Amino acid sequence: MSDYAILKTGESRSFPGGDPFLTGAREPKDAAVLVHLGTAVAADPAKAAILVELGTESLAFHTGEESDEAFANVVGFARYRNGDDPPSKLVELVRRPWTSEAAVAAARGVLEGAGLEVVVCTDQPGRIIDRLVRPKYNAALRLLDEGLATQADMDLTCRLGLGYPDGPVERVLRGGLTHHYDVTQALFETSGAPAYAPPRQAVTAHRRSRR
Amino acid sequence: MTMTFRTIGVCGAGGTMGAGIAIVAARAGFRTISYDVEERSLERSAGQSAAFFDKSVQRGKMSAEERDAVLGRMERTTAIEDLAACDLVIEAVYEDLSVKQALLGRLDAICPPETVFASNTSTLSITEIASGCARPGKVVGMHFCLPAQLMKLIEMSPGLLTSPETFQAAWEWTKACGQIPVETQDKPGFILNALLVPFNNDAIRAVEAGVAEPGDIDKALKSALGYKMGPLELIDLIGLDTQIRLCEAFYPVTLDPRSAAPPLLRRMVAAGILGRKSGRGFYAYDGATMFGA
Repeated sequence: MSDYAILKTGESRSFPGGDPFLTGAREPKDAAVLVHLGTAVAADPAKAAILVELGTESLAFHTGEESDEAFANVVGFARYRNGDDPPSKLVELVRRPWTSEAAVAAARGVLEGAGLEVVVCTDQPGRIIDRLVRPKYNAALRLLDEGLATQADMDLTCRLGLGYPDGPVERVLRGGLTHHYDVTQALFETSGAPAYAPPRQAVTAHRRSRR
Repeated sequence: MTMTFRTIGVCGAGGTMGAGIAIVAARAGFRTISYDVEERSLERSAGQSAAFFDKSVQRGKMSAEERDAVLGRMERTTAIEDLAACDLVIEAVYEDLSVKQALLGRLDAICPPETVFASNTSTLSITEIASGCARPGKVVGMHFCLPAQLMKLIEMSPGLLTSPETFQAAWEWTKACGQIPVETQDKPGFILNALLVPFNNDAIRAVEAGVAEPGDIDKALKSALGYKMGPLELIDLIGLDTQIRLCEAFYPVTLDPRSAAPPLLRRMVAAGILGRKSGRGFYAYDGATMFGA
């Protein structure tokens, strides 16, 4: 039997309503692993691991920057999702330098036990996926503006030339330009790297959404 | 006036890309003259082409008669003057601007004025390559993907002086070969490498920054986005030294920091860690173990 409990408020991006992971949970007092979906994290050294769902913020937002033994069992996580597409199977586990190996192993066990695929990364802007794909989407949108090729040809080139299931422009548009703005703006603020600066199309979509 | 291509020349046909392009042309019914400076490399390519078509027959993709007809359309030469018979010459020689310009200059003196020259460059400017000859209006970019005989995509780029008729004729020829052309401007890396080279560098920088192990980076991208191969696996396949060469072609032109060769990449190449071909890259190939770069 799965040994985790869920503390939840509001809708989770990783586990939206109806996700089987939500129904497999136990009572918090009985579970070895706690999963926070939008709820505030409190230290509980008795737990094997405490998972905290992350958006664009870092794990340190929840635990503080300084090494703290009380939070050694706290592990961040995000299940990758392209905008409002259904969540993928991939979960990025996020650790701080002082996160214990045992906590990472316990977190991995719960998530893999639920049929998800797990990778581990450090607490840096964009984790793995957004760190790597957002600059590429930005470049694709800029090149589109500059007339390098049509959107259809750019996407077709990536599908045929690289074997991608979809091209970068169609993917970022499907995920939503306002979502892309939210992610890239957060990355730009935390990293300062120009490659993350939201592109014109995303800025426009963001501004229109606020009219 | 509509241009019609009947005889195709391929320069650098002793190499992997050139040999693949020659297969594409001959398979589509065109008389194909493969040119290279070394007879030995041409012989090797001819042997590989014959083996490729043998396999096509075994797999039922063509009959033995069709194979014999295709091979009958394939000629090879080490005499560049033989390309005078060509309506279209596609160059797939070493990726160096001065080499390609010099080749087009020689072809210009040999071929009739109506012959079109196409460059298979993946990184260089078509306009700059075309400046090596006196017919820039008849030069076009035609970037095949490896392996050319299997990959349908061709990035087609007009240079600043390419005539619309030349571009259209080259475009139609690729379609007649059963390929799928896409049109791009004459900019560094066209579409594919403009997006891929910086992306691959970003993956190397993520390793260097300690974001995650190479295996987790590749696994994340394959799982989340459905990529067939992760960026670090791909770099190992194409060669870390090749990635540096791509960076050195792009960065001086674009000044895009993402195109600059990451320090880790330079250190690995300096250490002889070149990817699959050296047995070690971001992964070790004597087993399944990962190299903790």
